[in-house]
Formats: sequence, C-alpha cells, structure tokens
Amino acid sequence: MKFGVVQFPGSNCDFDTFHVLRNVMKQDAVMLWHKDHDLKGVDCVVLPGGFSYGDYLRSGAIARFSPLMQEVKAFARGCGRVLGICNGFQILLELGLLPGAMLRNKNLKFLCRHVHIRVENEKTDFTRAAKKGQVLRIPIAHFDGNYYAPAGVLKDIERHRQVVFRYCDAGGTITEEANVNGSLAAIAGIRNREGNVLGLMPHPERASEALLGSEDGRTIFASLILSLEGRKPARRAAVRKKTGHD
Amino acid sequence: MKVRILVSFKDSVLDPQGQTVKNALHTMGYAAVKDVRQGKVFELDLEGATKKAAEILVPEIARRVLANPIIEKFDWEILKGRQGSSP
Repeated sequence: MKFGVVQFPGSNCDFDTFHVLRNVMKQDAVMLWHKDHDLKGVDCVVLPGGFSYGDYLRSGAIARFSPLMQEVKAFARGCGRVLGICNGFQILLELGLLPGAMLRNKNLKFLCRHVHIRVENEKTDFTRAAKKGQVLRIPIAHFDGNYYAPAGVLKDIERHRQVVFRYCDAGGTITEEANVNGSLAAIAGIRNREGNVLGLMPHPERASEALLGSEDGRTIFASLILSLEGRKPARRAAVRKKTGHD
Repeated sequence: MKVRILVSFKDSVLDPQGQTVKNALHTMGYAAVKDVRQGKVFELDLEGATKKAAEILVPEIARRVLANPIIEKFDWEILKGRQGSSP
C-alpha cells in the first residue's frame, strides 16, 4: 500500500510520519510537494502536523489553497483515503472536507503532552484494528485544537457516527479535566460521512515505537492498511488479520 | 481605494482571548467593562476599484479567505480621506 505525505512550508511532522509509514509499518511511502498537481498514484494521502504557512490568518487557512490540495479534494471526493493529523486536521476543516472549525485551546496555552483518547467508532477504515471503546495513549501538540461546530452540525455528526475519538481519562471515562483543550463533546477526531476522510488532533506518528513511550498510534496506520489491503481479495482476509492484532 | 475589514467571532462562539482580556480589565478595576470580543483587522488597498465593485469584491474575499464563516463574522468599510496612493 502506497502512502503520500504532503509537505507544506512549515510542516514539521512530515519526516516523522514518513519514517513510521516506511520503517515501522513497512509500507511504500512518498513525499508529495504542495505546489505539485501529482498524487503519484498513492492509496492514501496523509496531511502531517506542523505549522503550514506559519499558521498565518488561521491554522490551515492558507494551505487549503495549495495546488496539491485541489487534487487531494478530488481524490477524497473519489473515495480516496485521507488522514489529517493535527495541522492536517485543521486543513481538512478549512478545506470543508470535514465539518466544523478549530478554536484556540480553552486555557489559551499551547498543549504538548500525552493524552488518552477513546475509540468511539471501531467500524471505520481508520480504527478497524481497534476494539470497541479501546483507549489509546497518544501525544498532542497544538494551540488550536478546541473543536467547534454549530449545534445542528454537531447533531448531524453524532447521528452519523462521525465522532471517531474523544478525549478521556486513562480508564476511558470522559471528564472535563481529560478534555484538555475544551473541545465540543470532547471530540479529538472525526471522519466524514462517507468514511474515507479522518482528522485527529493527537499525533499517532509520535506514538508508534515503544522507545517513544507508546505504540498505540500504530493502531490507526494498521487499520488503514487492513482496510485498503483487505478490500481487494475478500473481507475474510481482513478479519483474519484483525484477530491477529495484539 | 482602501477598505478596512473587521473579522470577529460570532456571538454564539466563545472567545477565550476576549474573556481573558475582560478578566484582566476587571482585575485592573475597570468594572464598567461588560464584555470584550477580540477580532482581526485587515486593510486592503484596491487598485482602480469603484464603490460598486468593492461591494462585490470585499465580501467575497472576506467570506472565502479572511473569515471562517463557521465561527466568524465580518464587517467592512471604505476608508475615507485616504483614497488613492499618491499624495
């Protein structure tokens, strides 16, 4: 399976993401330059974390006009898999591929720490290697991660089971303290209605090797690989692999 | 023609920065301050634009780029007495 990691001026998790995909997950991975129009035939586009265009205007607001992002938009409309991590999530919101917007963290601080997130929907292409309600320990690093959506939009998101991750405590309980950035409904990650686009604030690429304190982030990459590779032969193959996980 | 665009959070959206400024003002004794909303100001210099053209162009730019319509609203005005770039 071939992953493409998009590089914007100001991206700074591009090489970490590339490293995890290629050396940890053992997948084919290429870098995609924001000024190009070529997606190089990838199966999945990853928008990495960082500060694209210095976060000027609003986080992700300028990156969405990049030539490559017009291709990514078309790719997503054609059901291509797109994963946005942190700044990548912000870009997907600005681009309109995911509903809602990001506000500044409720305490007005840049938050850089490990958090726990609960898998709210394990039947997505990004979580099928996870168990129902599984708690993942993954770090966050952001200033604007306070998820917001108007009441009607939130209702829609919940109804279509688009909330994939919520901030929780180590035991999986959703508390106000665990919701560190003040996100609406403790939302840490959402998918689009079609299910092929996911955005999340925590950084799975920073939690994919035991040496770095957690391997929980691998669950998301492993799920993507399962869903794309398992799709071709039969669903049975994916199920067999799924039971082999942890 | 110069125009000024003011982007601020919608009333329904919490503005934590404005809240913090309000709290600071209260701490300083400015009890009369009931609320503070923080926003952004943009000044655009439009070449050869008529008032009519600006009325189409400016809201379009504000909606598409300067403001995020999900969380923000905008107001704009033509800056008087500063038209044209030559003295």
